[in-house]
Amino acid sequence: MSSLIAWIMRAIPFGTIIMYGAMGETITEKSGNLNLGVPGIMYLGGFAGFASAYFYENNVANPNPVLSVIIALVCALVASALGGLIYAFLTISLRANQNVTGLALTTFGMGVANFFGVFILDGATYSAAPIANKAFAAKIPVLSQMGVLGQTVFSYGFLAYAAIVLAIVLHWFFNCTRAGLNLRAVGENPATADAAGINVTKYKYLATCIGAAICGVGGLYYVLDYNQGIWATTGQIEALGWLALALVIFTTWKPLNAIWGAYLFGILYWLYQFLPSLLGITVSSAMTDLVQMVPYVVTILVLIAVSMRRKKEDQPPAHLGLAYFREER
Amino acid sequence: MPNTQYAIRLEHITKTFGEVTANHDVSLEVHHGEILSLLGENGSGKTTLMNMIAGIYYPDEGEIYVGDEAVDIRSPRDALRLGIGMIHQHFKLVDVFTALENIALCMEPGEKFDLKKVRSKARAICEKYGFALDLDQKVYEMSVSQKQTLEIVKVLFRGADILILDEPTAVLTPQETDKLFAVMRNMKADGKAVVIITHKLHEVLTISDRVAILRRGEYVGDVATKDANEAMLTEMMVGKKVELDIERPLPVNPTRRLSVHHLSVTGPEGGRVLDDVSFDAYGGEILGIAGISGNGQKELLEAIAGLQRADGGAQIQFFAPGAEDKPTSLIGKTPKDIRDAGIHLSFVPEDRLGMGLVGSMGMTDNMMLKSYGKGHSPIVDRKSPRELAEEVRTELGVVTPGLNTPVSQLSGGNVQKVLVGRELAASPIVLMTAYAVRGLDINTSYTIYHLLNEQKKKGVAVIYVGEDLDVLLELCDRILVLCGGKANGILDARTTTKEEVGLRMTDLQSNKKEVRA
Amino acid sequence: MAAQTTHMAEPLVRIARREAAPLSRKIAVRAAAILLALVVDALFIFFVTGLNPINVYVVMWGGTFSTTVRFSWAMRDLATLLCIGIALAPAFKMRFWNIGAEGQVLVGGLATALIMVYFGNSLPAPALFVAMVVGSLAAGALWGFVPAWFKSRWNTNETLFTLMMNYVATSIVACATNIMRGQASSLGTLNKATKAGWLPILFGQRYTINIIVVLALTFAMYAYLKYSKHGYEIAVVGESENTARYAGINVRRVMVRTMIISGAICGLTGFLIVAGKDQTISTTSAGGNGFTAIIVAWLAKFNTFYMALISFLLVFLERGASEIASAYSLNEYAADIITGIILFFILGSEFFINYRLIWRGHHKEVKGE
Repeated sequence: MSSLIAWIMRAIPFGTIIMYGAMGETITEKSGNLNLGVPGIMYLGGFAGFASAYFYENNVANPNPVLSVIIALVCALVASALGGLIYAFLTISLRANQNVTGLALTTFGMGVANFFGVFILDGATYSAAPIANKAFAAKIPVLSQMGVLGQTVFSYGFLAYAAIVLAIVLHWFFNCTRAGLNLRAVGENPATADAAGINVTKYKYLATCIGAAICGVGGLYYVLDYNQGIWATTGQIEALGWLALALVIFTTWKPLNAIWGAYLFGILYWLYQFLPSLLGITVSSAMTDLVQMVPYVVTILVLIAVSMRRKKEDQPPAHLGLAYFREER
Repeated sequence: MPNTQYAIRLEHITKTFGEVTANHDVSLEVHHGEILSLLGENGSGKTTLMNMIAGIYYPDEGEIYVGDEAVDIRSPRDALRLGIGMIHQHFKLVDVFTALENIALCMEPGEKFDLKKVRSKARAICEKYGFALDLDQKVYEMSVSQKQTLEIVKVLFRGADILILDEPTAVLTPQETDKLFAVMRNMKADGKAVVIITHKLHEVLTISDRVAILRRGEYVGDVATKDANEAMLTEMMVGKKVELDIERPLPVNPTRRLSVHHLSVTGPEGGRVLDDVSFDAYGGEILGIAGISGNGQKELLEAIAGLQRADGGAQIQFFAPGAEDKPTSLIGKTPKDIRDAGIHLSFVPEDRLGMGLVGSMGMTDNMMLKSYGKGHSPIVDRKSPRELAEEVRTELGVVTPGLNTPVSQLSGGNVQKVLVGRELAASPIVLMTAYAVRGLDINTSYTIYHLLNEQKKKGVAVIYVGEDLDVLLELCDRILVLCGGKANGILDARTTTKEEVGLRMTDLQSNKKEVRA
Repeated sequence: MAAQTTHMAEPLVRIARREAAPLSRKIAVRAAAILLALVVDALFIFFVTGLNPINVYVVMWGGTFSTTVRFSWAMRDLATLLCIGIALAPAFKMRFWNIGAEGQVLVGGLATALIMVYFGNSLPAPALFVAMVVGSLAAGALWGFVPAWFKSRWNTNETLFTLMMNYVATSIVACATNIMRGQASSLGTLNKATKAGWLPILFGQRYTINIIVVLALTFAMYAYLKYSKHGYEIAVVGESENTARYAGINVRRVMVRTMIISGAICGLTGFLIVAGKDQTISTTSAGGNGFTAIIVAWLAKFNTFYMALISFLLVFLERGASEIASAYSLNEYAADIITGIILFFILGSEFFINYRLIWRGHHKEVKGE
C-alpha cells in the first residue's frame, strides 16, 4: 500500500510537468503549427524561472516567498513566450518549414539554458533556489494531513492543481468560446477562416506564443518543484519535452484527456521503480531501463489506433504543419 | 466622378503573379439591384478580379470604390466590413465543423458568442429562402449541393450588400440551378448587387441584367443582356468569330472493345459510390457519361483503369483487336498489370496535376510516367521520353520554356495538352477522359474535341465524362447517365434532349431522404 | 482621387510569390543570411563575455584548421552528420518525415556493439566485419520499416511515430549497455585488448574508412535519386500518391522499401560510429546528429553534395565553438546557441528566395522585377 501511495505521489508531479507541455503544444497545434521545439522551450522556461528566483534569493536580504514565485513565473512565461515568438516569426511570417524550425529551436533553447546555467553553477555540480522551491512545493495545509487521501490528492504544489484548472479552462475555451472556434478553424482550414474575416496571422502568433508560455511553465515546475529547486545540466528536460509531444497525440488534441493521460504517463514512467516492489519481486536494473520505453510505446499504439479508426474528430488539425499564404494560387 | 448609384466600382485594376498578368487595367462597375454576369474564358482573370474585391488578393494598381468612397481592401475582413460577400468556387468550409459552427465563424466582429442566436437567425434565413439545411450536420458528411447551400446561408447570415458567386452552378443540376437563380433574383429584389462568374452562355442570358466580358485579363466591354446573343458574346469572349459546332462523324463499323457488367465500388465511408453499372463501349464511337459531379464518374473510370477495387460479382472485359472472341478481364488488375498484359488503355484523369502528371517534373519526366519501368536496367532511360516530349510539344503546340520546366508552371491548357499528348502517344484502343476540357479556353477545348474525334475515326473506343450537357449532346454518340452511382439509362445523343439528360441526372434522388436547396 | 480615406491605408508591406529565383540570388541570400547570423553571434559573444568577436572567430577557425588532428576530427564529425543526412534524403524526397534517425542510428550502433562483444573473439576479422555491417543495416532497416509499414497501411502519422521510436531505441540501448557493463559503472571501450571489430587505421588516419564510406555514399545516393528507376518512383510518390498509383507504382512497396533503405543507412552510420569512431555504445552515441541531419537534409533539398557543404558548415561551427569554449573557459553549450542562431537565419532566408516584398507606395513599379 505504501509503495502504491509513493507511486501515485511520484506520478502526479511527473504528469503535471508534461501536462503543461502538452496543453501548451495543443494550443499551438490547434492553430496549425506543429512546434517540435517543446523541449527547447521547456528548457527556456525552466531556466528563466530558476535563474530569476536564484538571483532574487541571493541578492535580497529577506526574500519573500510569494514574490519569488511571482518573479519566477513571470520570467518563465516571458522567456518561453519569446522562444515561441522566434518560432512564430520564422514559420508564420517567413513561412519556414515547421519541423525543421522546431528542431532548431530545441537545439537553441537547450543551448541557451545550459550555457547560462553553467555560469550560475560556477563550477558546482548543482545550485539551488530553496525558498522558491519551498513556495512552489508547498502542500495544501490541513487537507494534506488527512491520511491517504491527503497524501495522494492534496500534497502537491499549487501548479499541479493549476494544471487541472487550466485543462478545464482550455476545454471550455476550445468548445464554448468564439475565439476557440476561430482558433480551431485556423488550424483546420486557414483559407476558410481568413475568408470569414478571422485574422489568421494574429491567431497563429498568439496561439504559438501563449502555447509556448504554458510549455515553459512545465519546465519551471520541473526545476522548482519536481526537482526540488535544483538546477543541474542534465538532459532530462529534453526527454520530458518529447514526452509532452507524445501526450498531445495521446489525448487526440483534447485538453480534458490530458488530465488523466498525463497521470497515466506518470504512472507508466515510474512503473519500473514501484511495480516490482508492489508485486514483491526484484527486477534487474537492465529491465528498469527497458520499462522506461512504455510511455512511448503506448503513444505509438494510440497513434496507430487513431489512424486505423479514421474518426475525423480524433485527427490532428487538418492544416497542421503547413504554412498559409493568402495569395497562393 | 464617383456616383452613389454604383454599389462597387473598379478603376484601372492590374494584378500580376510573377510573369503572368492576370488582370490588366480593368475598370468595371456594379449597380445595386442588378445581376451582373462576369463572362470570360477560363484563365481570363474573372476569379482573380473578384478575389481582389473580396480581399483575397491585393491589386498591384488601380482603385476600388464602394459607394462613392475609395477603399483599400487589404483582407477578407475589410471586404466583409464593406458588405462584400463572396461564394468561392472551392468551398471555404471547415470539414470537421457542423453547419452551425461554420456559420458562427461569420459572426460580426464583437458580436456576443451565442450559438442559440446564430441557430435561430440561420433558421430564419433558411425559411425565408426555402433552404433545407441540417444545421447540426458535419460538413464532411454533406453532398456538394448541401455545401453550396451552406455557403449561401453563410453569406446571407453575414448580410452582404454586394454578393459575388464564382461558378456556382458548376456542381448543380439544371433543376438545382433554377432554384439558385430564384434565390439570386430574390436578392436582387432586396436591392443587393449580385455578380455571377460563369462561362456558360445560356446561364448568362437567363439570369443576368448585364454582361461584362473579360478576355486574357483585359476588360472587353459590357452589354445589356436583352441586347445580347450567344454568338455575339462568344465573339467578345474569344476575340474572333468561333465556329461553335462540334464535328460528329457517324460511327464506322463499331466493334465492342470494353464491356462492363454489374460494376459496384464501395467508398471509403462504406456506402456504395458506384452501384451495379453495366454498359459496353464500342470502337469508333464516343460514349458520353453525364451526371452531377461526384455521382460515381470518377470511381467508374478508376475502377476500369485498375485504381479502384471493384466489389465482388463485377465483370470488366477488354476486347483486343483481332481477338474479339477472347476478352481479357480487367478485374483485380493494377494499372501496371493492365499495361503488362499489352492492353492499350489510356486514361486522362480529372485531376491533371494530382493524378495524371507530376507537377514538379518537366515534360520529359512526365512522358515516362507510365513507361519508366521498361527493360531490366535499374537506370531510367530518358532518351526516348525526351524525343516523345519534343514530338508532343510540336504536334500539339505546347507552350513551355523548356522540356525540363516543371509542368505545374505551365498554363492549364498546356498542362492538359501534355497529358493528352502522352495518353494518345500510347496508341490506345480504349481512351477514357474525365472532364477533359474543364478550365480550358475555347480554342484549346476545340483542339481537344478535335483530337477525340480523330481517335474515334481511328476506331478507338472513346469514353468522355463531361459536365457541360451542351457539349455532351453535340460531341457524343451515346450518353450514359449516372445518378447516385447507378446507371440511369443510356441515351442516343442525337435524339435526346438536355432536359431529359438533366432529369435523369437527378430523378433517383426522390428515393433518398436527402433534401436539396 | 481625393476621396482616399485614411482608415484603410494600403498595407505597409505585402508579399508575393517569386517564381524560380535565379541561382545568383539563391547564393546571395544564403550568404547574406550566414553573414548576418555571424554578426548576431558576434554580438552575443561580445555582450556575454566581453571578448573581441574577431579574435573569437579566429579561434573558431582554428577549431577546424589549426592542426591536422583537428581537421581529421572535423572530417570525422562531418562524415557522421553527412551519412545520416544521406540516409534521410530518399525519405524526405518521398515526403516521409523521418524524424527517427537518432533511434535508427542507435539501434544500428547497438547491433554493431553486440556483435563486437559477443563474437569479437570467435569470428575471424573479415567475417566479424561482415556480421557487424549486416547487423547494423538490419537493425536500422527494422527501425525504418515499422513506421513505414503502418504509414503505408493506415497512413499513421510518421513524424510522430518515428519520433517516439527514438525513445524506444534509447531504452533498449540503455538496457543492453546495462547488461553488457555488468557491475562496472560504465561500458568503457569495447574489446580494448584485442581491438576486434575496430576499423583499421588507413593512411595513418583513424577515420579514413569512415570518410571513404560516406564519400562513396554521397555519390551513390545522388545517382540513386537522380538516375535510377527507384529514384524516379520516390520522386513520383513524394509528389502525389495518386499520380504514383495512376502510373502503376506500388506506393506501399516504394514507401516501405525507401524507409528500409533510409533506416539501413542510418544503421550503417551507427556502425561507423561504434566501429570507426567511439569503439563503444551509449544512449548518447548518436549525439543529436540524428536531429541535426534532418535540418541538413531539408536545407540541402535532398541534394547530397549540398548536404556535404551544409554539414561542413555546421561541423565547423560546432568544433569552432568548443575551441572557443576551451580557449576562453566558456562551456561547450555555446556551440548550440551559435548553431541555433545560424540555423534560424538560414531557415528564415528561404523566404527571401521564394517570396518578394512589396512596400507601400512601390506597387506601381512591380512589373520591373
